[in-house]
Amino acid sequence: MESSKVIHAIYTDDDVLMSAVKKVKAAKHHIEEVYTPFPVHGLDKAMGLAPTRIAIAAFMYGCVGLTVAITMMNFIMIKDWPQNIGGKPSFSYIENMPAFVPIMFELTVFFAAHLMVITFYLRSRMWPFKKAENPDPRTTDDHFLMEIAVHGNEEELESLLKETGAVEINLVDKEEAH
Amino acid sequence: MYTFSNKLKTLSIALMIIGAIGVVYGFMTSHKSFEDVETMLVAESASHHGGGHGEDAAHASPAHDTHNTTDAHATNAHANSDVSHGDDHKKHVEHVMHQIHNRPWAALYVAAFFFFMIALGVLAFYAIQYAAQAGWSPVLFRVMEGITSYVLPGGLIVLAIAVASHYLGHNSIFVWMNENMTNPDHEDYDKLVAGKSGFLNMTGFIIRGLIFIAGWSIYRHFARKFSIAQDNADINDNSNFKKTFRISAAFLVFYIYTESMMSWDWIMSVDPHWFSTLFGWYVFASMFVSGITVIAMITMYLKSRGHLEFVNDSHLHDLAKFMFAISIFWTYLWFSQFMLIWYSNIPEEVTYFVTRFQDYQLPFLGMVVMNFVFPLLVLMNSDYKRIPWFVVMAGIVILCGHYLDIFNMIMPATVGDRWFIGVSEISSIMLFAGLFIFVVFTALTKAPLLAKGNPFIKESEHFHY
Repeated sequence: MESSKVIHAIYTDDDVLMSAVKKVKAAKHHIEEVYTPFPVHGLDKAMGLAPTRIAIAAFMYGCVGLTVAITMMNFIMIKDWPQNIGGKPSFSYIENMPAFVPIMFELTVFFAAHLMVITFYLRSRMWPFKKAENPDPRTTDDHFLMEIAVHGNEEELESLLKETGAVEINLVDKEEAH
Repeated sequence: MYTFSNKLKTLSIALMIIGAIGVVYGFMTSHKSFEDVETMLVAESASHHGGGHGEDAAHASPAHDTHNTTDAHATNAHANSDVSHGDDHKKHVEHVMHQIHNRPWAALYVAAFFFFMIALGVLAFYAIQYAAQAGWSPVLFRVMEGITSYVLPGGLIVLAIAVASHYLGHNSIFVWMNENMTNPDHEDYDKLVAGKSGFLNMTGFIIRGLIFIAGWSIYRHFARKFSIAQDNADINDNSNFKKTFRISAAFLVFYIYTESMMSWDWIMSVDPHWFSTLFGWYVFASMFVSGITVIAMITMYLKSRGHLEFVNDSHLHDLAKFMFAISIFWTYLWFSQFMLIWYSNIPEEVTYFVTRFQDYQLPFLGMVVMNFVFPLLVLMNSDYKRIPWFVVMAGIVILCGHYLDIFNMIMPATVGDRWFIGVSEISSIMLFAGLFIFVVFTALTKAPLLAKGNPFIKESEHFHY
């Protein structure tokens, strides 16, 4: 197990946190992670995180859902047990398509929504029985925590963080679990 | 203060003049005599009816399977008599002649309604912003107020054309305006129209129309007045804003009833035998998305001319999101109306779609592509919604699509398969586009482009997504 030192700077306001993130970035320090009790708009941009790709994933999941709906209904209603739909016994998927549109829509949404949520959890490394990574329970209530890697520059960092309005600065040993 | 640039003013006046000339030309050339139409029909049948509408190709449509395809437009366009087919040559020629006579009227009416509904859609959008106390949109309020200035002239023009089609024309748009249809002794007698004559009669039509237009215009008048009064009021005095909030909420209730009734009166009654219970919503979706598109386009135009410096790309992004969302909402309603009628397949209802699939396949299905598939694919990406030229291109397609939507509502009942997007249609669009630009941009010069007194204006200026 490798061990490294990080600084935990704690803030009590999201606006202060935002300006602190900008200042720390401007001073060319690497922010490992920020823990917040609620989503802070614009924080991802300020931290310089890569844009999310969940929209692309959602689009592909939607396409999967649409395909599943079409294949499923074609098999059930047309191939396996041909149905007389609305008094139009054409036994053709395309000619009965209007009747299938609601299901095509619903399954598209269903797949996109559920798979998107599952993807989001996995991508955030959250799965059942996972031990919480959160270093300070107060970040689930009303505190904001910024984690910065230390490379022998504690003094400089501490004074910078004080300046940005941190209410608490702790130097901790972080055990790398992975 | 914005000044109406000479170039744009010249453009709008030129559009109006060219449009007016085209409309007059359309009326003059449509007056074909019985003999002209007879020779034309003979020539057409000689060339195997190569009218270019692809009627034969229409047979792939699902509605055909069980429904007898015998000339559904006869029941729509001339619901008055029991047209027994194939025997009465004279009746058929007269029928076609009337359709040809109706075309310039219908073209004028479609264009007039299209531009009017843009203004009315924006008025509803504006009222919703106030009623919801929206924080993002107040920077756009003056643009919206400019567009809604067209509600009064536009509404009166639509009503005037409808009424004139009875008194000056030959009941060219609304067959039910023919009084003989309610007279049991006349050959034009129609039991269904007679049964509806308690609602569908000239007096009622005019009075209802005037009530609708008056209600919308009164709201627009006071909302605009309070909006300007709020600019000049003390910084701590929000009483004008509160007044607008209250009248906006009341207006929205009035609006959703009157808009629905207006759509029965002014559009749905062109097919007096047919009805759809969600027609009001359907027309609403069309006017709402067209209105929002025009807000976005005028905003971008003004911004490109160096005005509206307080509008940022997040505002544009939100408008484009609305264009995207309401396009899908429109499709939802279009499809709901279609699917229920297609599914139940009741002859008196399904004729509406049979006509459209037979004679209007290109505009009818083209409209679905332009109003649904295109916005869905083009405006789905978040980044594209912030690129002005991209939103303008999408907006042009959406507006053309919704013009076609109104076209498909009016034309099958008035001109049947004698439709074309020709001189009459295009010059009617030019005439009303010119008038719309003239009225809207004149109204924009009347007040500063920033509603600076609005209590949410700071939030709106800093709006950022």
